[in-house]
Amino acid sequence: MTRTELNEIKEAELAARKRTTIRCCMAAGCTSQGSGELLKNLEAAVSEAGAEDEIEVRGVGCMRLCCQGPLAQADPGGPLYEKLEPSDAKAIIESILSGEAAKLQTGDPKHPFFAKQLSVVLGNSGEIDPERIESYIAADGYQALRHALREMRPEEVVQEIMDSGLRGRGGGGYPTGLKWQTVSKARGDKKYIVCNADEGDPGAFMDRTVLESDPHAILEGMTLAAYAVGADQGYIYVRAEYPLAIERLQKAIKQAKKAGLLGAQIMESPFNFSIDLRIGAGAFVCGEETALMASIEGRRGVPRPRPPFPAESGLWGCPTLINNVESFANIAPIVRNGSQWFAGIGTEKSKGTKVFALAGKISNTGIVEVPMGTPLRTIVEEMGGGAPDGGTVKAVQTGGPSGGCIPADHLDTPVEYESLSALGSIMGSGGMIVMDETTNMVDVARFFMEFCRDESCGKCIPCRTGTVQMHHLLTKIIDGKATARDLALLEELCDMVKHTSLCGLGMTAPNPVLSTLRFFRGEYEELLQPDPYANGRPTAVPTS
Amino acid sequence: MSVRTLTIDDQPVSVEEGASVLDAAKAAGITIPTLCHMDGVYDTGACRLCLVEVEGIPKLLPACSTIAADGWVVRTQTERLQKYRRMTLELLFAERNHVCSACVANGHCELQTMAYSQGMDHVRYDYCYPKWGMDLSHPLFGMDHNRCILCARCVRTCWHIEGAGTKNLAGRGAGAHIITDMNEDWGDSATCTWCGKCVQSCPTGALFQIGATAGEMTREPARLADIITARRKKEWNV
Amino acid sequence: MPLIHQPRSRKIDHVIEHASGDKRFKILEVFMKRHQFRADALIEVLHKAQELFGYLEDDLLIFVSHHLKLPPSRVYGVATFYHFFTLKPKGEHTCVVCLGTACYVKGANKVQAAIEEATGVTAGETTPDNKVSLLTARCIGACGVAPAVTYDGQVAAKQTPEDALAKIKQWTGHDAD
Repeated sequence: MTRTELNEIKEAELAARKRTTIRCCMAAGCTSQGSGELLKNLEAAVSEAGAEDEIEVRGVGCMRLCCQGPLAQADPGGPLYEKLEPSDAKAIIESILSGEAAKLQTGDPKHPFFAKQLSVVLGNSGEIDPERIESYIAADGYQALRHALREMRPEEVVQEIMDSGLRGRGGGGYPTGLKWQTVSKARGDKKYIVCNADEGDPGAFMDRTVLESDPHAILEGMTLAAYAVGADQGYIYVRAEYPLAIERLQKAIKQAKKAGLLGAQIMESPFNFSIDLRIGAGAFVCGEETALMASIEGRRGVPRPRPPFPAESGLWGCPTLINNVESFANIAPIVRNGSQWFAGIGTEKSKGTKVFALAGKISNTGIVEVPMGTPLRTIVEEMGGGAPDGGTVKAVQTGGPSGGCIPADHLDTPVEYESLSALGSIMGSGGMIVMDETTNMVDVARFFMEFCRDESCGKCIPCRTGTVQMHHLLTKIIDGKATARDLALLEELCDMVKHTSLCGLGMTAPNPVLSTLRFFRGEYEELLQPDPYANGRPTAVPTS
Repeated sequence: MSVRTLTIDDQPVSVEEGASVLDAAKAAGITIPTLCHMDGVYDTGACRLCLVEVEGIPKLLPACSTIAADGWVVRTQTERLQKYRRMTLELLFAERNHVCSACVANGHCELQTMAYSQGMDHVRYDYCYPKWGMDLSHPLFGMDHNRCILCARCVRTCWHIEGAGTKNLAGRGAGAHIITDMNEDWGDSATCTWCGKCVQSCPTGALFQIGATAGEMTREPARLADIITARRKKEWNV
Repeated sequence: MPLIHQPRSRKIDHVIEHASGDKRFKILEVFMKRHQFRADALIEVLHKAQELFGYLEDDLLIFVSHHLKLPPSRVYGVATFYHFFTLKPKGEHTCVVCLGTACYVKGANKVQAAIEEATGVTAGETTPDNKVSLLTARCIGACGVAPAVTYDGQVAAKQTPEDALAKIKQWTGHDAD
């Protein structure tokens, strides 16, 4: 594929555009509510009306407002239809042809939920057809790769990412450019690129959205990374729980190979790169990078101590660059628009945007992408519409089982790596679960502890058996069988597990307990029983 | 070969490049408690008993699998580390069913010795009392899962010293356990070579020789290290 | 107790004989060949095996270990590490209740409890008539439409206990009681 060919595809695709395009959401949220059938009916209705030359029906990626799905919108300027039934297809087509509004539920595109979003990662989501490479190319896809291969040396690509200030979106927030530099400088003939798409945090579906909505953006980001660090083989490790994402990635890889955008001599340059898919098999711990590598190598997904870091010794002992889905999705926009553009978004220490998955007790559930530094309150109350049915927001849980609960009176905190960790939570990969006053925080803490207990790989003692004991103590508290002594034991154990566990799973497993203890200690203490041994000797002797 | 010089518990020590902090401590005559470490097989950093503090590094590091670096100031016996070690041991004792007085390894058990040396005199957590069985199907060796601490020394020995690959870990989390082949009876194993090295590697009474009664099971894991040393240095070539 | 080893080849012979009449083993072998019988393809191969057979029976694992030249303990260790793999046969229909955080705070546990009560089995089990397997998932990423339940691979949004019971009833063909 040459530059002209790329442009030819783009122009042909744009020229083929019809007067009206109906975008119908085909991401997991809407398909589970029947958008697949809706899409078929829309196509049927178009041909029935003989309007094939006027109207294009396009299945697109996530249109973000999952709770109101299935969603569809007619361009240009049509309303956003919500809660569609497959039988509504005809009414939509008739409305387009007649110009009269259909009697269907419509949403307000000027609602803060949409208006406050800023798309970098999700620019193509809900716009392009994720199953067609032409659709991606028409949206300036693969231009960044072409530009880099022709006009930039690998070091310059690394420098560009460094200058952008992009930090890892998987949770840790390690500067992406620095990681790239380490891998590019590491000695070794063989290097690997790994995309961590093992999004296991319960309540997080940002990566799923990106993979389902814009798979080529990941391929382009990985290819740019490979060029920058000198790798020729990449793996995408994606969870088996995301069949639609897997299907679309497989299609995308096939299309890119066919177009000469993956494989040998990409875009007629001497650069070779191929990508293989590896399917996870249901182990949260495989989101940890050393465990993920073990799994790619076909072994039990058990972490190992770092150092050595994967950048020095990763897959099969070779230098390996591991980034998460959202990080890779940022790469092509950065190379296309320049690091200065990217660095202009966000705050001083956290650049760019962040995608959050809003779920739980909140009116508008779905996907939002906002600039870093946006206050939590804006996201939860303005965009999310607060708790449904007149409830009040009690806390927001971020970071999944590794994160913490941020109470409602801290909602003015801006979303940044540092400010969230100061509150004992983490940015995490971006799951945001809203809890209202009916949610018991001790129960939430136990829910996450149960998760960590079940997902512990069993290698190191603090995590394997510490989580069992912490879960047991939490259950004891909830059952009203615990005393202040048990609470003290729990706190001590949290500290120990946090500091002695081998990998991130264990180190962060106590976070939900610690953060709920910090902000909602009263809920724990309410459940405690008087300690018969408080003064060192029994105050009451059981008689029966 | 270049040399790394560091300070461990106020004592200066020099070791060859690539040596672990544990090796360095040994060279200085300092004992760092370990359970999953065994000379002769690679380290996994699993038991977390050998965690040490290094000045300037916020994380605790496992001495067994951390390469010693120049200028490091290492502390191995701070109050915090000792507390964590006691807690780790408490967790281990509460996890499965460790009854020393009835155990074949009583008096020769690394877990028991460790508890004494670290001052772990009682367990504050509720015992889990899981129901694990025994495998007495092999004519020579037995396995009692109740006494297993999942250090995987037997697995590493079986794979990397004997090279049979008979033993492995199956399951995960608290449900992880040592298996023979396809979780079969040891006596039915098609791959076990009956070498008994795994029994030599076990720190507790989980693996034992058939016929041993309480307190009779002694072992010499150092002999396994000798095999590896000889193999690496080609000392035993005939 | 046999003091003589049962030679490894005998077990393998038995498995090969079992496999010879079954086309699915052939398909699996071709799949492994496409991966050049590489040990690192083990998880991919297990995925394929489960897709073909529905679950991973012992003979299947021995077959895989033989072809990938891996000790049986490695194959078994990997198969039991990952929750996606099952060593027991599944029922005719599979119902997966998502217990991710979003689903949990929206009452997925009530849906689970209702199904458990109706079918008489707990999560991870199959009804005695082999009709329904009940499983739970850690998060299927359908948090925007919580609580979600997957029925035979199809994700259903915003499920209530009544929705779930209606579906189960459809499968069992009678009032689940």
